[in-house]
Amino acid sequence: MKISQRYERFICIALLLGLWELVCTSGLVNPIRIPPPHSIALALVELFTRGLPAGHLLYRHCMESLMRVGCGFLAALAIGLPLGLVLGRFERLRRLCTPVVELLRPIPPLAWIPLAILWFGIGLKSAVFIIFLGCFFPIVLNTVSGVLTVDRTLIDAARVCGADDRRIFTHVLLPAAWPSVCTGMRIGLGIGWMTLVAAEFTGVKSGYGLGYMIMTARDIQRPDFVLAGMALIGVVGFCLDMLLQKLQQSIITTRKPHAA
Amino acid sequence: MALILLDLHKSFSRDDSAEEVPALRDISLTIEAGSFVTIIGPSGCGKSTLLRLIAGLTQPTSGTIELDGASINGVCDKTGFVFQDYALFPWLNVIDNIAFPLEMKSVPSQERTVQAQEYVKRFGLSGFEHSYPSELSGGMRQRVAIARSLIDNAEVLLMDEPFGALDSQTRTQMQQFLLSVWQETHRTVLFITHNIDEAVFLGQRVICLTQRPACVGDDIRIEAPYPRDVTSDEFNVYRRAVLKFLDREHAEGMHDIVPC
Repeated sequence: MKISQRYERFICIALLLGLWELVCTSGLVNPIRIPPPHSIALALVELFTRGLPAGHLLYRHCMESLMRVGCGFLAALAIGLPLGLVLGRFERLRRLCTPVVELLRPIPPLAWIPLAILWFGIGLKSAVFIIFLGCFFPIVLNTVSGVLTVDRTLIDAARVCGADDRRIFTHVLLPAAWPSVCTGMRIGLGIGWMTLVAAEFTGVKSGYGLGYMIMTARDIQRPDFVLAGMALIGVVGFCLDMLLQKLQQSIITTRKPHAA
Repeated sequence: MALILLDLHKSFSRDDSAEEVPALRDISLTIEAGSFVTIIGPSGCGKSTLLRLIAGLTQPTSGTIELDGASINGVCDKTGFVFQDYALFPWLNVIDNIAFPLEMKSVPSQERTVQAQEYVKRFGLSGFEHSYPSELSGGMRQRVAIARSLIDNAEVLLMDEPFGALDSQTRTQMQQFLLSVWQETHRTVLFITHNIDEAVFLGQRVICLTQRPACVGDDIRIEAPYPRDVTSDEFNVYRRAVLKFLDREHAEGMHDIVPC
């Protein structure tokens, strides 16, 4: 029963792939434009073994992309988390800063690309900056809302226990807001990963990166490589989210923050 | 040494007007060290504000608070505070909650655990050292909170309706428990309640506050020895005195309510 349920979710995917294969092989569509699943799988194997451009193996593309997203995400966390805690704690500061945040937030990270190239040139810094923008706002806003839900009495309780201002942040606000912070990190990392391809459009000096690889595939007109790259971005993004979810759960179960 | 309140005034500024709303006026009290004093008054009269002033959580508009000859201008480690809704940190287990004030003083972790363990044993919490607040009953939570307020060797225990959320049987148990703790430790206890029986059962003195802005309306000394018999005639005499005071205050409060 349980095992069959576990496999149920693959039924729809399998059906879709089967239909896709059928439509392509029946000659209804041009397989050059829409390659069938089996040639995408072959393309994937080729990317693994020969690489694109030749010699640039898929594994290195993945690692470089992950490194860029990691840098952008960590930078967003390093700035966004403390900023969120401070904005959540001090009402006056929050009132002052909220309009700025609300004005900047709706600007899509992609709209920053021209400026990013102007400021940071072509290469790692530009890409990290774009990913940083994607991760930053969800982390800040979720941290702020997490702090806002912290019971005021807990802060008073910490103060009468002798907590100074710094310890209010580290020993009360941070652990109390932690579930919210985790949600912000997951959304942030998701958006950061999604902006990756665009961020790598700004140009890549090293010649590695999933976005860069897709662009190369487009230039040589190989939709099977493009689709293989897209599928891989989806799978890696899914795995990243799973990883963060596991991390969040493990911290929650060992510390039980809001088990009430 | 004693806790001396001299001409305490406290008013709050309302958000919507420049007008100051007075909460406390002319509060002058001398509370002998080691005594058990209960404070009773109509709901919303400012009882909690008085306790927060003594704890240093808010500052008086005018007047002074002296403990052992030194004036209190902020949170100090000579006072401990017990909140009505426990205010335990939900992400910390029993040991870490009790030891929190020591952690704020950077006491080494091993020593913190040893000291907290002592309270766990004395307060009947053995077997629950590693439980989280959400896994404890109301009475146990409040015992943890009392242990937390005592571990730092506070001279004055400020208790803001600590048993208000408990069922009546647990409440009776906790009252007896608190009396035994008081008799063992010789701390000064300032105990807010809106329950007449509780005020008379626990206090050597019952201080009755008037309607807002509150001042000391009556100061009743209860000469009956501990343990007190709640069914005795003597107990009833004291109850009647407090009840009479509160009825008068409520009647006066009703005059202020304008029918619309």
